[in-house]
Amino acid sequence: MLAGTAVLLALLASAVVPQGIAPYPPDAFDYRALLQPPSLAHPFGTDNFGRDVLSRTIWAARIDLQIAIFGTLFPAVFGTIVGALIGYVGGLVDTLFRRLVDLLITIPFLVLVIAIVAALGPGLLNMYIAVSAVSWVFYARLMRSEIIAQKRRDYADAGRVMGYGSTRIIFRHLLPNAITPSIIYWMTDMALVILLGSSLGYLGLGAQPPTAEWGVLIADGRNFMTTAWWMSIFPGLAIVLAGIGFSLVGDGIAILLRRRT
Amino acid sequence: MYLLTVLGHRVLQTMATVVFVAVLIFALMHMLPGDPAQAMLGDRGTTEAIAQLHHELGLDRPIPVQFWEFLRRILTLNLGESVAMRIPVTLLIADRLPNTLLLTAMAGVLALLIAVPLAFLAALRQGGWADAIIRGFSQLSLSMPVFYVGLILLITLAAGLRWFPVGGIGSGFVEDLYYLFLPSLTLALSFSAILLRNLRSSLVEVLHAEFVSFATAKGLRRRVVLGRHVLRNASISTVTLLGLHTSSLVGGAVITETVFGIPGVGRLMVDSIFSRDYAVVQGLTMVLCVLVSVVLLAVDALQALLDPRIST
Repeated sequence: MLAGTAVLLALLASAVVPQGIAPYPPDAFDYRALLQPPSLAHPFGTDNFGRDVLSRTIWAARIDLQIAIFGTLFPAVFGTIVGALIGYVGGLVDTLFRRLVDLLITIPFLVLVIAIVAALGPGLLNMYIAVSAVSWVFYARLMRSEIIAQKRRDYADAGRVMGYGSTRIIFRHLLPNAITPSIIYWMTDMALVILLGSSLGYLGLGAQPPTAEWGVLIADGRNFMTTAWWMSIFPGLAIVLAGIGFSLVGDGIAILLRRRT
Repeated sequence: MYLLTVLGHRVLQTMATVVFVAVLIFALMHMLPGDPAQAMLGDRGTTEAIAQLHHELGLDRPIPVQFWEFLRRILTLNLGESVAMRIPVTLLIADRLPNTLLLTAMAGVLALLIAVPLAFLAALRQGGWADAIIRGFSQLSLSMPVFYVGLILLITLAAGLRWFPVGGIGSGFVEDLYYLFLPSLTLALSFSAILLRNLRSSLVEVLHAEFVSFATAKGLRRRVVLGRHVLRNASISTVTLLGLHTSSLVGGAVITETVFGIPGVGRLMVDSIFSRDYAVVQGLTMVLCVLVSVVLLAVDALQALLDPRIST
């Protein structure tokens, strides 16, 4: 947990004040130093335009963290609320929802997102739209089953007997008890969204060059695999680090929250 | 008898899902900006030519009629013609699908070969250093994007050590196996991490169950106990997981094929989406969804066979 927080803080710092940490600006061409292997001046080497890979990787943290947050915020909030309502109301809406879930399990997630992004046009905003349109369902499904479990408990009946309105019961009483798995899932999802975002960036469908984003950086290095391996390897390590950081924090939160309940 | 009822129910559900997918794809394609006729004719398109093509393609008929045509053609396996390449979509897919299927099959087998022994090792030596290393490896694998793993393997084993070819496929089945080894290893590494995590915790759970102690106390040899009782029970949830993750395997195949330049349906999908070849995207998505549905159905059947407690 501690290690995870440390990692995430480092990433956060990179994202908020990259100018302070990165030795070079991300688009500083240096034609005298093209494709240099890692050295003291350029710890991660330089790319085919002479840009410092370390600096670009650090600056890219800003974009990728943005992706993690914006790619999960809407699905999490919307999905949780809708899931809670569906779980509480049940009936026809519930059946429809379950059909929807079946549908979405069948269609490969990546294919759907690629299709939507390709239709709307490449770019970060469209990527957020595509991801949000699909992933809210998973949050909703999680919250729905939790709410159904909570609905049967005695305190829910007590609330009804006391005459509380449904909205009040759902949001002030049931939801706080049901929310733990959703928060843990949110953390995991952030790591997954970074992976998805960088995959799309690699394919050319997410962040566009010359924006520094880890997937884009890896794609930049694709043509120089044999000659300049550092261009792709280091940004990839950043992705792995971010993923591990989020997972560790998620595990830590899980332990903390379970201890309280 | 009960099994048949359950399966019958699932088959109906699957068919309903496939129909829904068809509706979804149809809706998506028709909501997209851009006119297919215009895309096909390009600069040579005069207003009359476009109108003519509209008529030929049936685009000037009311939407429900178009949808009916769409369904009808699918049932006769006529998926239309590729706009970019001017050959029937069915032919295009039939050409590429075997490669992708081989890739995913190899990946699945490799993933099982990696995950099962490691899961056993981790569960049997729970808490030990082997367990810790294996769990660490699993976590690492999960955090690595598929294309990154592919690139690393490509750089080290293919370009660097020259043990494997850099991409494409061979001519003939055995050569294909050789060419597809690295790509399937890439997919398998990511996939096995998921399997490993789940199998390990199921195994741990089962190992501590009472019936295992009983079997050992009865005098059964350790190997028999492990094989017959432990594995059978632990594999149920793993089989379920395998099924649930089939669609993510397809997603992984898309990326892997792009990295390694394999002519399979994954790359076809990406290329077609880029070139706005809607006919191919439509047909391919339908095919993929039907395949995934069939796999999910098979997994359900397998699960019902393995676990006599199953009730829908």
